[in-house]
Amino acid sequence: MSSTIAVEYPGKVKSCESIGIVGTKYFTFAHSPYELTLDSGEKLGPVTLAYETYGKLNDHRSNAILILHALSGDAHAAGFHEGDEKPGWWDEMIGPGKAFDTDTYFVICSNVLGGCRGSTGPSSIDPVTGKPYGVDFPTITIKDMVKAQRHLIDHLGIEKILCVMGGSMGGMQALQWAASYPERVRSVIPIATTLKHSPQQIAFNEVGRLAIMADPDWQGGRYYGRTVPSKGLAVARMIGHITYMSDISMSEKFGRRFRNGKIPSKFGAEFEVEGYLHYHGDNFVRRFDANSYLYITKALDYFDLSNGKTLFEVFKGISAKFLIIAFKSDWLYPAYQSKEILKICKLAGIEATYCEINSTYGHDAFLLEIEEETHLVRHFLKKVFNGYAVDDAHGK
Amino acid sequence: MMLMVNDTIREDYRIILDWIKDGSSVLDLGCHEGELLSLIVKKKNAKAQGIEIDEQAIYKCVELGLSVSHQDIDNGLSEYGDGSFDYVILNQSIQQVKKPDVVLKESLRVGKEVIIGFPNFAHFRARFQIFFRGKTPVTPSLPYEWYETPNLHFLSISDFMDYCQKQDIRIQRRAFFCNDRMTGMTNILPNLLAHTGLFLISK
Repeated sequence: MSSTIAVEYPGKVKSCESIGIVGTKYFTFAHSPYELTLDSGEKLGPVTLAYETYGKLNDHRSNAILILHALSGDAHAAGFHEGDEKPGWWDEMIGPGKAFDTDTYFVICSNVLGGCRGSTGPSSIDPVTGKPYGVDFPTITIKDMVKAQRHLIDHLGIEKILCVMGGSMGGMQALQWAASYPERVRSVIPIATTLKHSPQQIAFNEVGRLAIMADPDWQGGRYYGRTVPSKGLAVARMIGHITYMSDISMSEKFGRRFRNGKIPSKFGAEFEVEGYLHYHGDNFVRRFDANSYLYITKALDYFDLSNGKTLFEVFKGISAKFLIIAFKSDWLYPAYQSKEILKICKLAGIEATYCEINSTYGHDAFLLEIEEETHLVRHFLKKVFNGYAVDDAHGK
Repeated sequence: MMLMVNDTIREDYRIILDWIKDGSSVLDLGCHEGELLSLIVKKKNAKAQGIEIDEQAIYKCVELGLSVSHQDIDNGLSEYGDGSFDYVILNQSIQQVKKPDVVLKESLRVGKEVIIGFPNFAHFRARFQIFFRGKTPVTPSLPYEWYETPNLHFLSISDFMDYCQKQDIRIQRRAFFCNDRMTGMTNILPNLLAHTGLFLISK
């Protein structure tokens, strides 16, 4: 870690174990004629959401935390799937004794609408045609993703969520939750995110989309059952990875070092940084659908929480507490965007805490600065869950 | 922990607590690790917020359950409306900001009243060190050598009172401390005998 916290938890350190073996569940709703009405006015149904839960919902149903994933994430946030060697994408934060302590809280994570990891998206079968939707899948927005999640939360019997939290696109969903359903959210933790996508953020996404659409295998989005546009999707992912890192983190990780072994061609990947990008590009193709990438990045670009109103109007109805986290070296979602969230919270009289973590990891920091995030999240959640925590913190 | 010595609260904190009415709203500018702010919340049932520039101090504040912003108070309090807080506190922070004048004016706009405490540069020990030794003073309230001090501005109790008069700022209450204690003598000649001055001011 780039910085360490000079803070101890006397008598509070618990052994941090994995939650163990977990499985993905599926919830299907919006059957005809009760289809989900989307932001665009189009209807979609039935809709399936893949989700996982960790810990137990308490008798008062007051300990539910909704974790919202980023662009390429999925419902598998913690623990291990049977036979897997790698845990879920945020296993270091979710589990017994961890920031989202599953001994205390009931943690939910679902794959977004439009995704390709078990939830309904462009690679799902259109019940009308019996074939994958492809580009006939309707346009979706962050608001639509949240609307779909609300059905899942209803299904789980949870009236009020203790905390909605996420980084990057997950942070946008968290903000949207507070804006769409202010009465159902007690606290919000937006990390490395924004109130609206900036031209620079849109620009990077557009290059990624063009790379996919320029791949001859994309076939106007109708590639299912044939060769997938793996080259285009890999390039899109490589662009993404460049924006997730920082100049310093790249220098530290790769320097100008060359890769070992024979270079296959004159312009092959000679440098370590090239190898890294190729590896992640190729890996991504195996687990992600190119059309989902197009739809989800569009949802990101459309995101503007104000949605035709003033931000003050959006925030004035919110009573949830906010913990806003940004990272110094994040140039994709720069700290000034998080400060704008803080600013509107203050204007609207919302209780908010803001911390800009001095990390060198760039945007990736939200998945890496576990120690700092754990400290902030643990104490913030305790305050929201138990009320004011001063006595506790003094060890009395 | 600094704030508790034999279960007694630091003298300047005790005075600040005395000055603050129950159930007030408070903004602490430069709240450090939140000792004072958490006392205000506990003892005065206040709705409190802090602003602090040091990241490690932010973690401490969050541990105490406080709402804090990791920000530079020099960059303005523009997001707060006029009179948003009953009190704005500037305890031992005004001498460390780049533009004390701007910060003070903004504090008086955002807060109905402002509580400000600062080290007195004109304490007789400081005067002695400058006059006889020709050296930048190091005193209990100004404990730093010139090469490591976080203080950017040096002011005396008289400087501050002159400033208030010129700016039409009302000094409602005041307290003076020598070695962190209030003594009768200090009140007679505060600019000579006080290490620290504390004021409750308003426009």
